[in-house]
Amino acid sequence: MSARGAVNQSPPPRRVSLMATCLCDAFFDDVAQATVEVLEHLGCEVAFPEDQTCCAQPAFNAGEWDSARRVARHTLGVFRGDDAVVVPSGSCARMVDHGALLLFENEPDRPEVEGLAQRTWELCDFIVRGLGVTRWPGRLKARVAFHRSCHSRGTRYAESALALLRSIDGVEVVPFGEGEQCCGFGGTFSVGFPHISRAMGTLKIDHVLAVKPDLLVSADSSCLMHIGGLADRLGREMQRQHVAVVLRDALKSSGTAA
Amino acid sequence: MSTNADRHPPDAVDRFAAAQGDDRRAAVRLGSKAGHEKRTEILFRDYADPDELRRLAGAIKQHALDHLDVYLPRAEAQLRAHGAQVHFAADAVEARDHVLAILRARGALGVVKSKSMVTEEIELGPFLARHGIESIETDLGEFIVQIDDDHPSHIVKPIIHKNRREIANSLERHGLGPYDDTPEVITRRARAFLRNKYLSADAGITGANFVSAESGRLVLVTNEGNSRFCLAATGCHIALVGIEKIVPRDRDLGVLLNVLARSATGQQLSVYTEFLRGPRAPGQVDGPEEMHVIFLDNGRTGVLASEYREILRCIRCGACLNVCPVYRQASGHAYRGVYSGPVGAVLSPLLAGSDFATLSDLPKASSLCGACNEVCPVDIPIPDLLLRLRDRAQRAGTTSVSADATPTVPPGAMTAWAEVATRPWAWKGALATGGLMNHLPQALRPKPLRVWGQNHVQAPWRGGAFRKWLAQRRRA
Repeated sequence: MSARGAVNQSPPPRRVSLMATCLCDAFFDDVAQATVEVLEHLGCEVAFPEDQTCCAQPAFNAGEWDSARRVARHTLGVFRGDDAVVVPSGSCARMVDHGALLLFENEPDRPEVEGLAQRTWELCDFIVRGLGVTRWPGRLKARVAFHRSCHSRGTRYAESALALLRSIDGVEVVPFGEGEQCCGFGGTFSVGFPHISRAMGTLKIDHVLAVKPDLLVSADSSCLMHIGGLADRLGREMQRQHVAVVLRDALKSSGTAA
Repeated sequence: MSTNADRHPPDAVDRFAAAQGDDRRAAVRLGSKAGHEKRTEILFRDYADPDELRRLAGAIKQHALDHLDVYLPRAEAQLRAHGAQVHFAADAVEARDHVLAILRARGALGVVKSKSMVTEEIELGPFLARHGIESIETDLGEFIVQIDDDHPSHIVKPIIHKNRREIANSLERHGLGPYDDTPEVITRRARAFLRNKYLSADAGITGANFVSAESGRLVLVTNEGNSRFCLAATGCHIALVGIEKIVPRDRDLGVLLNVLARSATGQQLSVYTEFLRGPRAPGQVDGPEEMHVIFLDNGRTGVLASEYREILRCIRCGACLNVCPVYRQASGHAYRGVYSGPVGAVLSPLLAGSDFATLSDLPKASSLCGACNEVCPVDIPIPDLLLRLRDRAQRAGTTSVSADATPTVPPGAMTAWAEVATRPWAWKGALATGGLMNHLPQALRPKPLRVWGQNHVQAPWRGGAFRKWLAQRRRA
């Protein structure tokens, strides 16, 4: 994505709609659960619009924009209204607040697309910049390697996630080599260009494991699915966790879970 | 390298990368990584806010492009006023014909060239050779490319794909002395060979990094000083310049030269920066007695009128290649064109014109990670342009065409996916039944999942589990 998309400036509302993402719907239910628990801990009333499916990114990235617009319009309808929309994925958030603007550049319903873009937040960004919460309770004794997903470029997503992680008692965030490099997922890229994707992923795994972290954390399930699945395939042990789960588990450790 | 007339499989870049030898892969990856690190270090050392500088440089270039109808004639008038002859070439054929006519008028038999991507674009060297005119590349990297009958694989570092053993072998093959891979020896031998060529050449051919509309000054940057030799020793200077090289004012060069050298080679300024706006004036001791500037369109006005126009801001620094994880794995030759890496994936299919389809797979050779935009000294939104080109390729029906091009994501898959993703009942149904995937043997899975499964242990399908949890929780 380009460096500058819509920067969310809306005031912090306490009623939020959860965009759970298709990956959480299909594979990573614990990440969506953790997101609900984290938001409720922060005093939010979390709505889950049942008809939600996907942000449309797979077709958008594949260049199949007619299909992408159909799905994006569906999503637009599902999240109609004024609620802030919170999504535990930088990638899906950027699809809504940047990709969709490109997708609807010449479409009559572009204003609605802009409206949704304005009130959609990546989870950690919502906590830190939306709600103004910068310290996280609980304890986790762990050396954490944080993968800055590419969709955090040009946003404050990664800084927000890092601020929260660093504030947890016992967490040490350890930097690793070539941290700004992509892990090689890229959606359909990972199956369309499997050799390059694998080489990129292997390099990421090498760098992460070189600093011997207890845990690899990211704000994107998609990167973790790729890095983790590849590490498993290569027989290289790598503990990984979505940041929402880390935050939720920290709450549990401090006895403050919702 | 001309665009291949054959259509390529959608994963041609991946196949190229997979077939690449370890030496080459390491040379490209480490070379580009080092280039990126030097760039980052110097930009953040020298400037409080490099991003602000990138945006300013981008705005200058965009302004010049948006008003090219004003600035190009202004540059032309200034150049003519200072004695240069100005020509316009609509395409490669016209540009080559201009060069040949100029050289024939002078009875030229040999020319020396400094590095220029535009001359690569119009395949000038081979053209001149066919017409009996020897053309010698004087940039060391380009010289190696030439004696190897190879193609540059990087905009700034043409032989980034070669290690010094290969280079030493090339020199030996070309009769420049017995094998010796000491960098100083390689350089000295090339230098000695090139000195004689400078002295016997009839004309010097260069590109241009910028042309100021205000003064007509043509700006050339090099690190080896070879463009100065090309001009000092010959009677005629021919500069081939893409029309997008125009900048409004001399003072804009202060911004652009600073970001160019830092982005390209991690230097504050390139070693040689030349400002030229005409042939040798009366009273000047040396310099060419004739100066020709050939402004080349070759598809650029078409790009200017399109939704891809920002790509014309490009100042050919190569920073997007250096940072690109796909370029690092695949190398420049994977892109089958003069321009490689992220900028090439946008520019090559566009400049191919009616042959768009032959290169329309390139925009997909990207994970859309956005690093290219983040480092671009003129802030080109490359990922957005790649996405638009994917849409264009799809609409033009140019993807998945060659015989062995079974696309990994089959045609119709996204349409089917959209059918499900716009119908909540179908979506929930799919969540419930997708669990079958957990039990399906690898061989029976659809191709995308099979390919995924080769590289990954598949995460277990837990479709609908979150919705179930939420419903139970709400009931409790």
